[in-house]
Amino acid sequence: MDQTFWTYFFVILTFGVYIGIAIWSRAGSTEEFYVAGHDVPPAINGMATAADWMSAASFLSMAGLIAFMGYGGSVYLMGWTGGYVLLALLLAPFLREFGKFTVPDFVGDRYYSKVARVIAVVCALFVSFTYIAGQMKGVGVAFSGFLGVDFNVGILIGMAIVFVYAVLGGMKGITYTQVAQYVVLIFAYTVPAIFMSLAITGNMVPQLGFISNAVGTDVSMLEKLNTVVTDLGFREYTSTDKTTFDVFCITAALMFGTAGLPHVIIRFFTVKSARAARKSAGWALLFIAALYTVAPAVGAFARFNFIDTVNEATYITDAEDYDARAAQIIADGGKPVPAWYKDWEATGLLKYEDLNGDGIMQYRGPDAPDGLANEVDPNRDIFVLANPQIAQLPNWVIGLVVAGGLAAALSTAAGLLMVISSAVSHDLLKRTFTPDMSEKQEMRAARMAAAAAVIMAGLLGIFATSLPFVAQVVAFAFGLAAASLFPVIFLGIFWKRMNKEGAISAMLTGLVTTFAYIYYFKFGGGVAENWLFGVSPEGIGFLFMWVAAAIGVVVSLLTSAPPQHIQTLVEDIRIPGARRGTLQD
Amino acid sequence: MTESEQRAAPSETDKRAYWKSAKRLTIGLLIVWFTVSYGAGILFRDALDAVSIGGAPLGFWFAQNGSIYVFLILIVIYCIRMTQLETKHGIRG
Repeated sequence: MDQTFWTYFFVILTFGVYIGIAIWSRAGSTEEFYVAGHDVPPAINGMATAADWMSAASFLSMAGLIAFMGYGGSVYLMGWTGGYVLLALLLAPFLREFGKFTVPDFVGDRYYSKVARVIAVVCALFVSFTYIAGQMKGVGVAFSGFLGVDFNVGILIGMAIVFVYAVLGGMKGITYTQVAQYVVLIFAYTVPAIFMSLAITGNMVPQLGFISNAVGTDVSMLEKLNTVVTDLGFREYTSTDKTTFDVFCITAALMFGTAGLPHVIIRFFTVKSARAARKSAGWALLFIAALYTVAPAVGAFARFNFIDTVNEATYITDAEDYDARAAQIIADGGKPVPAWYKDWEATGLLKYEDLNGDGIMQYRGPDAPDGLANEVDPNRDIFVLANPQIAQLPNWVIGLVVAGGLAAALSTAAGLLMVISSAVSHDLLKRTFTPDMSEKQEMRAARMAAAAAVIMAGLLGIFATSLPFVAQVVAFAFGLAAASLFPVIFLGIFWKRMNKEGAISAMLTGLVTTFAYIYYFKFGGGVAENWLFGVSPEGIGFLFMWVAAAIGVVVSLLTSAPPQHIQTLVEDIRIPGARRGTLQD
Repeated sequence: MTESEQRAAPSETDKRAYWKSAKRLTIGLLIVWFTVSYGAGILFRDALDAVSIGGAPLGFWFAQNGSIYVFLILIVIYCIRMTQLETKHGIRG
């Protein structure tokens, strides 16, 4: 059985399962469509949240980024898990106690304002569309790298699948497909990690392999990696070129952003009670940690394997017969360019330029002791997908990993589509512009909005080709969520005095400042020397979050206190059960 | 009054005491949250790196692995303690 067979086998099998689940669990009412009927068990919701949360960025890009950033990659590891502590302690149980359908729902009701609701919708749409473009790109990379399918056709296939289960099943369909997708993706991530850990450290648990000695030596794996990379002129693996303050801000922006992401928050509306929401956040982090504690090991192993197989290999051009030439190179005592490299070269994601004309691939850092220039330029996004090939694992593992990458991208895309569709059908139409629409009409509007969102997301994935790495694009969404949504939700729960005027000014401040900063420094020609306090665009959401919160507080204090029934609402959401039976609308 | 109706309406004193304890618990857990991630993993990383866990420098390990385990433990403690607080103050949860 060859690699193509196994890839098609796993991809078709898993897609079939997702569609089957969607048909079995399709939504019949708006409550089922938006929040899966409010009765998903905590552990199931935790698993669905984990899949919802772990995107193409987590699955495909993160380990590759860590492999090349070393310690700098910690921002993703801590940032994308620590946010769950904030969610569990500060937001999820209270928002569940509030008991509605969407994030703009909370903002609109808590701040008794249609304007606030609409601004929250704008924030939610902004965040979700930025995020979903990355997912669609991930789908395109997985398809084009493995199935010999064109990048754009890959995106179209992905769109079609998500279309079926998101539009049919709503939140209920998405919940149960996400559970299946979690199982696929965690299995797909762990299996190659175990193989690699065994090969490099002799320990089959990747988390332990990470802190073990390299196999056959008494030097620790990380120490050996430090030596290997510094010999080639790179920074030590356990160091970073970022300033401590920048690392701090990026980590914080990712954490607070995580807690403010609408597609994560709405998952906690699907459980029964505040207590279930707390438990569910714990389950979610457990399932997420299963991947996130393995990722740094995968990153380190990937760096090892890449250097081992590519550096000083003899290049074989496309004009030559690969097998014959490779055999000849080995016979001459050399190391031929690996077959996986040639596979990925076709996608344009790996580049080799023979600067010194010796036909050998020199992989070097900026301060190479032997003075040679670097000739190999790998795209970080390919590593998780290429790892099984690099480590020469069985063909079925490769097929499994492709299915896992697609599961990660599709599950997140579906969650985002729910945010987009409910923001339009529920918050804009039902609650703002056409309040007298019937439940049936609202359902139809929700499905149409989901369908339109799928198409827009696909187009974004196809046309936004200039967007950088998947994980870095996604980082924008976090900055925006941290600065625009987190402060108003948090203050809305913990500070009764926060009023409509404060909320509107806080959201606008966070959205405008963060967007302008990121846009200027990423696309508008800004240079790193002019960063505010040396904080990169990825971390700026954390600083502007404080600015937004401060403005919100000051404006609130200068204007009148919120009405009594709102203050009662805030008191009630703090006490589980207090609102039960008082929920009328 | 049946028992369930009594439980459905905790007194104002109970509600206030519950919220006060809940806030105190939250602040305590967030201090640990900050210490293991921003403290051990970032700010005091260099000092911790002098010690090693297995073969990894401790600060580096906290940044890439250890903090995640602690986050998980924090949420578990929060769930357990909050349920205890709710039982103590007659709140349904």
